[in-house]
Amino acid sequence: MAKVKSRTIFISGFWKENPVFRQILGICSALAVTNLMVNTLIMGLSLIFVTSMSNLTVSILRNVTPTRIRMMVQTLIIASYVIIVDIVLKAYLPDISEALGPYVGLIITNCIIMGRCEAFARNNSPFPSFLDGVASGCGYAFVLVSVAFVREALGFGTLFGMRVMPSGWTNWIIMVMAPGAFFMLGSFIWVVRHFGPKEEEKPTAG
Amino acid sequence: MELGLSAFVIFFAAIFTNNILLTNFLGMCSFLAVSREVKSSLGLGLAVVFVMTCTSGLNYLVYYYLLVPLGLEHFRYITFIIVIAAFVQLVEMIIERSSPLLYVILGIFLPLITVNCAILGVALFMIIRDYTFLQSVAYGAGSGIGWTMAIMAMGGIRQKMKGARVPKPLEGPGITLIIAGIMALAFIGFTGMIQIQ
Repeated sequence: MAKVKSRTIFISGFWKENPVFRQILGICSALAVTNLMVNTLIMGLSLIFVTSMSNLTVSILRNVTPTRIRMMVQTLIIASYVIIVDIVLKAYLPDISEALGPYVGLIITNCIIMGRCEAFARNNSPFPSFLDGVASGCGYAFVLVSVAFVREALGFGTLFGMRVMPSGWTNWIIMVMAPGAFFMLGSFIWVVRHFGPKEEEKPTAG
Repeated sequence: MELGLSAFVIFFAAIFTNNILLTNFLGMCSFLAVSREVKSSLGLGLAVVFVMTCTSGLNYLVYYYLLVPLGLEHFRYITFIIVIAAFVQLVEMIIERSSPLLYVILGIFLPLITVNCAILGVALFMIIRDYTFLQSVAYGAGSGIGWTMAIMAMGGIRQKMKGARVPKPLEGPGITLIIAGIMALAFIGFTGMIQIQ
């Protein structure tokens, strides 16, 4: 019973309610860091960590948090985990930390995390909440990596810094610049919505 | 480095060449959600300009006069968020009391702003780029205006697009992102003028 339920939670977070192309949340950073696979992967992992841990914490504290100030409490919890990620990245991966720049800090305002805390962790027990966080984080990382895959391959002709395109390949500079990100994510949403399960659009904010 | 000139340059660079929305992708969430009409875009834009200008100055003071002397630079994320949230709350209370008209225009948009990544982004960029106080405020104001410009243009385009036949799966966020891409392409044309890192 419990196992079936965890699987449902995972699938719905990863695919059916994928934060990026279903709920259109958290695209700020989805667009900014996706021109290199390495950066994207690190960003995705950081986000999985922050979402799952903050979901867990919010869920544990859900009975002692006054409703009126819960947003503030959630923000502080998220910010604490983001600081941990930032410090760890600075210590072990200084180059990537440099490249990601302010976008690590901007995980705080990434609406996915806040959204999951509000929608799920606030009303559920710790373990499913943790799982929900992991699932949403993975869903987000999956979209990020797919976008980065195309952008790096077309824009630099490389993947993880290794050459994959034939030597005559001309790099599509536009792909590594800002417009390329918009086009890619737009088309990606188009493809996924076309083939994915049909669902009515939910209003989003944040 | 002449301070006055440089702040001026940063102000314009933040509007055109380094538009916070179209080159740094900040504030996308509210950009996609609110840009359905010009009118609401303008309201949100004004609120963003105001909050961004004030909080970039405030955050500068807090960071350099409070956090740095105490050696607490790592807590800047939490601090900035608190400063922004507190400021927004304060402004909301003040304009609710003093100017009901302004409250009607900006009121519903203010709470949205706390979670707008552009505001926090501006604060983080100004620390990373080592701006002075004047430069930070100029950067905040410029970014706010640039953001407003982009969201209003998008509001206008989307209003006109209501009659257009867009493929079903592309409707809503999909087409908005692609239009934003074309806009970003247009803004690249400004790049030759001035450049900040």
